[in-house]
Amino acid sequence: MDAKAVHERLKQKFGEKITGANLEAASPFAVVAVEAIEEVAVFCKADPDLAFDNLMCLAGVDFPKETPARMEVVYHLLSYPHGHTFALKVHVPRDSPAVPTVENVWGVANWHEREAYDLLGIVFTGHSDLRRILLPDDWVGHPLRKDWTDPDFYNGMHVKPTPQMADRAMGGEKIGVGPFDFTPPNAHIAD
Amino acid sequence: MEFTYGLLTGLIPGLAGAPSWVLVALGGLIPAFITFNFVGLGPIIYVYAERKISAFMQDRLGPMRVGPYGLLQTIADAIKLLFKEAIFPAGVDKLLFLVAPIIVVTGSFLPFVVIPWGARLQAVDLNVGVFYVSAVSSLATVGLIMAGWASDNKYALFGAMRSAAQIVSYEIPSVMALLTVVMMAGSLSLQDIVRGQAGGLQNWYLFRYFPLMPIAFLTFFTAGLAECNRTPFDIPEAESELVAGFHTEYSGFFFAMFFLAEYTEMFVISSVASVLFLGGFHAPHPSLQAIGALGLGWFWLLLKAWFLIFVMMWLRWTLPRLRVDQLMHVAWKVLLPISFVLVVVVGGLVLKWPAGFPWDRWVGWPITLVLMGFLIVGMIRAISWSRRRTEELLA
Amino acid sequence: MASEHRAADYAWDVGEIDTDEMILNMGPQHPATHGVLRIELRTDGEVVKAARPHIGYLHRCFEKHAENVDYPGVIPYTDRMDYVASMGNSLGYALAVEKLMGIEVSPYVQIIRVIVAELQRIASHCVAVGTYGMDIGAFTPFLHLLRDREKILDLFEWTCGARLLYNYNWVGGVSHDLPEGFPRACRDFLREFDAITFPELMELLIGNKIFVKRTANIGVCPVPLAVSFDLTGPNLRGSGVPRDLRKDAPYCGYQNYDFAVCLGKGDYGPTGSCFDRNLVRAREMAESSKILHQAVEALEKTEKTDVHEKVPKRVKPAAGEIYFRTEAPRGQLGYYIVADGTGVNPYRVKVKSPCFTAMSVFHILARGMMIADIIALIGSLDIVLGEIDR
Repeated sequence: MDAKAVHERLKQKFGEKITGANLEAASPFAVVAVEAIEEVAVFCKADPDLAFDNLMCLAGVDFPKETPARMEVVYHLLSYPHGHTFALKVHVPRDSPAVPTVENVWGVANWHEREAYDLLGIVFTGHSDLRRILLPDDWVGHPLRKDWTDPDFYNGMHVKPTPQMADRAMGGEKIGVGPFDFTPPNAHIAD
Repeated sequence: MEFTYGLLTGLIPGLAGAPSWVLVALGGLIPAFITFNFVGLGPIIYVYAERKISAFMQDRLGPMRVGPYGLLQTIADAIKLLFKEAIFPAGVDKLLFLVAPIIVVTGSFLPFVVIPWGARLQAVDLNVGVFYVSAVSSLATVGLIMAGWASDNKYALFGAMRSAAQIVSYEIPSVMALLTVVMMAGSLSLQDIVRGQAGGLQNWYLFRYFPLMPIAFLTFFTAGLAECNRTPFDIPEAESELVAGFHTEYSGFFFAMFFLAEYTEMFVISSVASVLFLGGFHAPHPSLQAIGALGLGWFWLLLKAWFLIFVMMWLRWTLPRLRVDQLMHVAWKVLLPISFVLVVVVGGLVLKWPAGFPWDRWVGWPITLVLMGFLIVGMIRAISWSRRRTEELLA
Repeated sequence: MASEHRAADYAWDVGEIDTDEMILNMGPQHPATHGVLRIELRTDGEVVKAARPHIGYLHRCFEKHAENVDYPGVIPYTDRMDYVASMGNSLGYALAVEKLMGIEVSPYVQIIRVIVAELQRIASHCVAVGTYGMDIGAFTPFLHLLRDREKILDLFEWTCGARLLYNYNWVGGVSHDLPEGFPRACRDFLREFDAITFPELMELLIGNKIFVKRTANIGVCPVPLAVSFDLTGPNLRGSGVPRDLRKDAPYCGYQNYDFAVCLGKGDYGPTGSCFDRNLVRAREMAESSKILHQAVEALEKTEKTDVHEKVPKRVKPAAGEIYFRTEAPRGQLGYYIVADGTGVNPYRVKVKSPCFTAMSVFHILARGMMIADIIALIGSLDIVLGEIDR
């Protein structure tokens, strides 16, 4: 089944809950309403023509500059019996992102959702074990967000160079940290 | 001991007048001292041999820098271990922690008291020699459990428990296999057992009642591997699972003692196997027994024991290790029934033919020599094949 | 929005276990955990009742870095994820960005990429199978396999100057052309590998009865569980599912090569055991060697082009997103790249690493095993913590 047929089937079953789609993208996707994602996931797995029995990737993306500011959760699905792929997207408001979990449909979503929670702060309601996975247990905040700034200290350790050091380096002074200098990234691009 | 006693009184006539306890003490201490040193210096050679043998099997060179061809490597390691800080973790049971290595080392050195290196070259010829050896080599188990418990470390405890289960389980087939030899020799004394194998290769107990005694030898050797905690039975010190098993928390000199005990235990098993099955200090042919006035018995026994040590090292670097329940399975369900059957059958056969099947002298040793021949021919062909391939590829 | 830290969630409390159970920590430092991985085991004697892996000790913020450097600058970061098989990582990323930008590389570059990827596959499986043997206790095959891996790394050093982390696959090409004499050197290596190393490996390790006894009955992953938890690559093929991206969704000209997909067939036990996964890896080395023979022949027949001719001066894809997957030695490596069309930096790069998903099934497979089997299970999943933690 190609992307158009998959989209048609989803629209046939769920109608208004499929709120958008982009079938010309390199990885075609359909946008699903937040509350319906779990039943859409169950349908995708159970329907014999779709048969999306594998969740390839679950990614969270942060869009603070959109209006309204939103986060997306992208589900990339693969069907082993049929061989086709498709993506589902969910848009959640950025200030309180909450998505129903799909870990009961695809077991691997357990860890993927933990990672999205850890790095972006998206809460997956109904998750059996939502806790941090990559960052230390007592880390505060969600660093992959676009508006993230590093804290000054973590458990008594300096997290980054002090602002004074950073200012001096951006001004062109060579700040040596051992044998390496601090040169601002992308300084060679005249953009 | 009587030998030393006689030697001392012969060399120093004045000594005969000393009080008897002095003579007894000297007669006991001097052989013990000599044996202890001789055996204690063994690990220096075995560690180097292990590193070189494993290196050549793994297509690399091994120690090459310390001394010519790395010959002084073990001495350097021993000196390093002597000077290393002995770390005592916070929660250890001090007394047990310190005593455990001593017990393990003692347990591995004691069997050498009865190993005969010649007709009179033996520390003490106990008339319960075999019984003494198997009793005393179990002393190491106590030490291992103490080490594991005292370390206040769950991994060490695991290693100790596994080790205890393993050694205790493999004691039984080991002793049963020894019983066959004892029945044939009619005595527990190691000197008598060796005497029963006099006359050359065909008289060795390994070749009697062919194929029953070879099976007994293999059973004893396998059980002995398990007693030394060598691969494939090295679960107690499984390096990749338990870091270092029961001796995880030991460092410096105490670790050196455990290390020493392991290689000495290998030497014990090999020596006992050589004495019981491979003819002890007898040469394969009586004419090779002595060069002029110099008896070569000790040399032959050493050669046999070293060959068995080589086989142990060979097995270590070839085979993976067995899991602990598979290990128990091998001990209780494979080796134990075999050894029981052997004891019963050999016991019956001894009544009819005390010295072995009448056709043994033509069957046993030729078959074994032919097998050894195949093995050697195979190895030579493999080496020359790989040399030829290398030349071809470089062309 | 602060995340609440509840200590009880993160570690079992000694008070909540039964009296004869023990909490054992296979800590971040352990000889057999293939990296910094912490596994909390709740054991009843030697039998494991529950296992909880803790990852994140090697988290180096790859995804955040990728947002702060330009597209070609991400490639060195991708190398460092799965540091045992770097060529595969940069290949996946470069192909993803090329697809996003619509760049087609010449057949010559494609063949180079295939040669390098398959050599890397052999090297990576050498490490995987060798260290697995070492974990089981067979020390010697590890050194024999590493000897061959050294030869491969010498070839790589000759080509691009680096032994482990290459920065080789660029967007639109590769960083260095193959040097003069590379086909001959590659063929020499393959000759030795095919004639000596691979048969010895099969006899010494794979056919060894003790090895089979240790691995053939444990860690059985049934197919529905494997698919649900996204086991891919040799892990999935070990359970008998004949899926290989090089055949199902070919990239880089893989459709032109003739090779077989190795499957676990349950030779000595149930299908999907640790032995099967390991056997698939061992056999894949022979298949890679097959591909390499064909690729080197094709290389000599193909017209040489400049490897930098399609590399754009500035990589600035139009707005869009793509999820691109390749068959890395450890499984299906997926890159989800979101480009916003306005900057030279990617907007979002999400990596789906095969070891991450393989590890997610660990706590299910580990129940009921013995501690020695836990080691065997970790080794059979072939995890590299750099890829799990990114």
